[in-house]
Amino acid sequence: MPVREIAGKQVDFDDEGFMTNPDQWDEEIAKVLADEEGIAQLTDGHWQVIHFIRNDYKEKGQSPTIRRMNKVGNIATKDLYEWFPKGPAKKAARIAGLGKPQGCV
Amino acid sequence: MKNIVILGGGTAGTIMANKLFQTLARDEWQITIVDQDETHIYQPGLLFIPFNIYTCNDVIKPRRDYIPKGVELIVSSIDVIEPDKSRVKLANSRVLSYDYLIIATGTRIRPQETDGLAEAGWHKNIFDFYTIEGACHLQKYLKHWPGGKMVLNIVEMPIKCPVAPLEFLFLADWWFTEQGIRDKVDLTFVTPLPGAFTKPKAAAILGDFLDKKNIHLISEFNTGSVDASTNKLVAFDGTEVAYDLLVTIPTNMGDAVIERSGMGDELNFVPTNKNTLQSKAHENVFVIGDATDLPSSKAGSVAHFQADVLTENMQRAIDGLPLLDGFDGHANCFIESGFGKGMLIDFNYDVEPLPGKYPLPGIGPFSLLQETKANHWGKMMFRWVYWNLLLRGSELPIQAQMNMAGKMR
Ligand SMILES: Cc1cc2nc3c(=O)[nH]c(=O)nc-3n(C[C@H](O)[C@H](O)[C@H](O)COP(=O)(O)OP(=O)(O)OC[C@H]3O[C@@H](n4cnc5c(N)ncnc54)[C@H](O)[C@@H]3O)c2cc1C
Repeated sequence: MPVREIAGKQVDFDDEGFMTNPDQWDEEIAKVLADEEGIAQLTDGHWQVIHFIRNDYKEKGQSPTIRRMNKVGNIATKDLYEWFPKGPAKKAARIAGLGKPQGCV
Repeated sequence: MKNIVILGGGTAGTIMANKLFQTLARDEWQITIVDQDETHIYQPGLLFIPFNIYTCNDVIKPRRDYIPKGVELIVSSIDVIEPDKSRVKLANSRVLSYDYLIIATGTRIRPQETDGLAEAGWHKNIFDFYTIEGACHLQKYLKHWPGGKMVLNIVEMPIKCPVAPLEFLFLADWWFTEQGIRDKVDLTFVTPLPGAFTKPKAAAILGDFLDKKNIHLISEFNTGSVDASTNKLVAFDGTEVAYDLLVTIPTNMGDAVIERSGMGDELNFVPTNKNTLQSKAHENVFVIGDATDLPSSKAGSVAHFQADVLTENMQRAIDGLPLLDGFDGHANCFIESGFGKGMLIDFNYDVEPLPGKYPLPGIGPFSLLQETKANHWGKMMFRWVYWNLLLRGSELPIQAQMNMAGKMR
């Protein structure tokens, strides 16, 4: 499993670039990961999403789907696509230091 | 007498009514099953209606004929479940108290979830084939359609029978060829998934089939709305896809009764233990079939495998024994691929669909992820198996748990 040093911390990742230990996460790491996702600046909107999905993860043990962010987190789907273009669920989870959202069947 | 109440008399509910009636002591247990209508639809058959392979009447039978005489069938809509009081209120104002409840209310399409989808174009040049109404309307429409751009769109995952959209495309390719207008039809598959299917190996193989059949694939398209005035699908990121004829798999959700009862997740699916099928919230509630939130496929074959596990676990619960982790996510689906051929996939929570052979005593082996005539006949035979064996809870020569024999990594 790849280990990287980010913002002075040792951080564990899986092969797809998702953090494997959410407790290693901090806001500095989020900024670096966001940059890697092509998001230069994390705005209040981004942070709202990140905090929601981290709390939801604590409760449910998995990264939420877009619909869940929408229904439970009250975040408009349009906004999600604006803030995290292309794959909001995946991108937001990665930046928030969580595992890849469960694939569907 | 103690009471078991089964909500939903579709595939899973009907199998459970039969199995429990066969196994539980009849002088101790009263089994009651509730469904909102008298007609049982063979849903796998809906796929064939648009292409005139089945008529609309070929897929329906009286629900009653499949419920054992000693089980009470109540035809009524279910109003609300009150799990804390162990009772269910029906729309016909009956109240059913239960010792154990089995939720088998399935999933249904919700086109209203997408702006513009269920509006001006609905059943005009936008159709679904997941309901009998949609499939039968589309049959009429296709009969007179001169050709143009047909888009098949999955709005959002998860959907029941995730291979059905691919089968629809393969059959469409065959059907338009038969009609002599294949050169006038552009077939495009627009999906939120990164490829043709949910699991990587099968996605690659099925993707090749799309290519070979000249069916275009637009992946990672997250449908935001439909503009029926200009005939366009619009993604949340603004990307557009134009269509002349849109065949859609709208958002799939559990029934509204789950929401009314406060028992579901954001898609009205009931949180369920993925191995025992017990509800996560209530000890005397079990969930089976499409109504669960499990990461297994939503398919009739899955409901059948789950029924084996659930029958045993209900008996164990009644006898005060710990439940078994019996369900492994096993799914087994024939994929109709057109021109009289088919494929087969067999997988579970941990093992994705793999190529190879699928042994079946007496009839098999069938080929996995390869086109054969035998797989097509397997698919067509399934209707008979469904009505005569599966629903009646008879033993089939297939184990509930997946087996690696014949599969190639
Ligand atoms: C086009 C298509 C093709 C398919 N092809 C295949 C295939 O090839 N192979 C395969 O294995 N599976 C296939 N499936 C999937 C399969 O049909 C379903 O997975 C299966 O029927 C699920 O069974 P279920 O009992 O969970 O739900 P259902 O069979 O849908 O039953 C749910 C029942 O609950 C009742 N109900 C719900 N809410 C209420 C309420 N509030 N009040 C009263 N009654 C209520 C409904 O009326 C319904 O009868 C296909 C499905 C479709 C749509």
